[in-house]
Amino acid sequence: MCLAVPLKIVEIDGKNGVGEVEGLRRRMRLDFIKEPRIGEYVIVHAGFAIERLDEEQAKADIAEWNEVRDALL
Amino acid sequence: MPCSELRLMEVCGTHTMAIARAGLKSLLPEGVKLLSGPGCPVCVTPPEVMDAVLELAMRPGVVTATYGDLVRVPGSRRGDSLARRRALGARLLVVYSPMDAVDWAAEHPESEVVFLGAGFETTAPGTAAAILDAAERGVPNFSVFSMLKRVEPALRALIASEGFNVQGFLCPGHVASITGAESFRFLPEEYGLPAVVAGFEPGDILSALRRLIELARSGAAALENRYERAVSPHGNALALAAMERVFEPRRDIWRGLGEIEASGLGIRPQFAAHDAERRLGVEIPPAAGSGGCRCGDVITGRSEPRDCPMFGGACTPEDPLGPCMVSSEGACAAAYKYEGV
Amino acid sequence: MSVDEIITLDYGSGGKKTSRLISDEILPRLENPALSELGDGAVLPGADRLVFSTDSFVVTPLFFPGGDIGKLAVCGTVNDIAMCGGEAKYLSLSLIIEEGLPVADLRRVMDSVQRAAAGAGVQVVTGDTKVVERSRGDGLYINTAGIGFLRHPGLSPKNMCEGDAVILSGTAGDHGAAVMLARGGLLDAGEAVESDCAALGALAEAVLSSGAEVRCLRDPTRGGVATTLCEFAESSGLGMELFETDIPVRPAVRAACSLLGLDVLYCANEGKLLAVVSAETAETALAAMRATDAGRDAAVIGRVSGADGGRVVLRTAAGGGRILQKLAGAQLPRIC
Repeated sequence: MCLAVPLKIVEIDGKNGVGEVEGLRRRMRLDFIKEPRIGEYVIVHAGFAIERLDEEQAKADIAEWNEVRDALL
Repeated sequence: MPCSELRLMEVCGTHTMAIARAGLKSLLPEGVKLLSGPGCPVCVTPPEVMDAVLELAMRPGVVTATYGDLVRVPGSRRGDSLARRRALGARLLVVYSPMDAVDWAAEHPESEVVFLGAGFETTAPGTAAAILDAAERGVPNFSVFSMLKRVEPALRALIASEGFNVQGFLCPGHVASITGAESFRFLPEEYGLPAVVAGFEPGDILSALRRLIELARSGAAALENRYERAVSPHGNALALAAMERVFEPRRDIWRGLGEIEASGLGIRPQFAAHDAERRLGVEIPPAAGSGGCRCGDVITGRSEPRDCPMFGGACTPEDPLGPCMVSSEGACAAAYKYEGV
Repeated sequence: MSVDEIITLDYGSGGKKTSRLISDEILPRLENPALSELGDGAVLPGADRLVFSTDSFVVTPLFFPGGDIGKLAVCGTVNDIAMCGGEAKYLSLSLIIEEGLPVADLRRVMDSVQRAAAGAGVQVVTGDTKVVERSRGDGLYINTAGIGFLRHPGLSPKNMCEGDAVILSGTAGDHGAAVMLARGGLLDAGEAVESDCAALGALAEAVLSSGAEVRCLRDPTRGGVATTLCEFAESSGLGMELFETDIPVRPAVRAACSLLGLDVLYCANEGKLLAVVSAETAETALAAMRATDAGRDAAVIGRVSGADGGRVVLRTAAGGGRILQKLAGAQLPRIC
């Protein structure tokens, strides 16, 4: 039961925030993100940001997927 | 090179679903089998607990707030689900976040809003925060029926169970976002089983599986985190603190695994006012039979969906017998909907 | 005296208020000789082979980005006729109104019916109005039936042959995602996701008269692209192979589906069609479709394969394969 998606923080109001992806905006709670900042990416599950998303690592991962895909298993 | 079959298990139902959707099983190398573990909260919830939920949903004044996932899950009577109870007059609120249920309760003080708190450690902190929020804001008509469960005790019970035959685990990435990658260290250290924490994009899963196969084939009992962009070694301290504050571990019943010590999360007594069990006096009826369904074996990797005599015949997503077929992330539903080619 | 601000049960009495509702709110928008008779039925000039179809529309909310129940009710029936090779000519329009519906909302819906009918070249020639008690309807239900003249006979999935191309006329899942988002509480989509609700008469005519060998057409509404293709496979006995990376999907729709846990191939479309055409004439069909408004983003998304024995196989972006089944039960937003 763990569907979660990355959203970019576009608004912060205390524990409440708004996350955005592709022009879609979703209210979310930031209770579990220490000192959230506008523009950061977070992983959101059931309306809660559960962790920060490391953008650099995300880019590296995508590069690796292509490699894995080419080599397959 | 012919070698003995390698049996790996994805613990998380969201992995089961992602693997089926992207058809990844068709990409597995010869001799590698991927099994689904007890990681779908809907599937591991025993029918008698759903019976209690259904009874609760019918009480006058009660509005049941739930994730869409639970709407079609049958209790011990076939076809008896929240969807059927809604048709009989129960009030159902399908929500995407427990906060939506708190907000709705605050706007409808005349209703008794019961949120069905299903899920694992990924979902538990948000559920805790909703209870804390309701307590802080003074929303007395909001309570949670906790069906929340912990992954580690279930994995230990599974490994200790008879006929366990798995050589490595694909660990649930979003549970690990909360609990930390290190929370799966016990798999290699105590049981000698390799474990790889994985994200949910097809690329994440393929990359983690490739690594897991390497580890398992070389006999290396190690833990690796292949979802570093969202998983730290020790998890999310704020989320863990909220969970700890509101919930306490308790003995719980799992479909297929039976009773496991400290495997569930009950609401602490100081939040009794928001605990549906205490507030509304919920009784879990005695366990009922499984009706010939082998969900229990499927959840523990002893059977594959197709081994069950009910699969695809007496049990389909339109008319499911067991939760593995009804839950979108259930192994049977995934096998039925997205059969590998 | 004019119509009140909200509809009450009296407007369904069949008496003066019913007449006023019809004469003030419906007739002025849809006026034509057949309808103005206000008879029990309409007398129409005929043709030798007719296409006849009906559909009922229940949608929450009544208004959503890209459309509303009125536009949907016209386009839905017009499209069913177009998919049969017919040119839609006449519609009936039955309104089942819940008391309490603001008349302003009814006016908006009727304006939309008027625009959609004019756009699709159909006349509303007969109709009915009923009012039900509060909480016995979601504001407004609409039934339309339509008659069209058959222009292109013989379309059927049974005509499909191995090797045929499967064409989708545009992006998948827009309507389903837009309505799910518009249900509120879930997400604020702004205008990022709009229903594709549109009449497909011109698009169907373009491809059918392009010279392409068209085997069959169908609009993938409820159940989405996957379910419609399963129906094709079932009635033809032939399998299909689809390529996930060739299926056009708007980025915002893809994001909405991943947020809500939906599968875009099972999300409804209200302004798209699936066409199966011979491989040799696929380019002709595609060019004809792309020259129309509704078919701008048309793409070949797969082919008819003999080998798969009635199975629809999706080759996924990850390189895997999976079998598509018909939709089982409505999609619910999920967190799993």
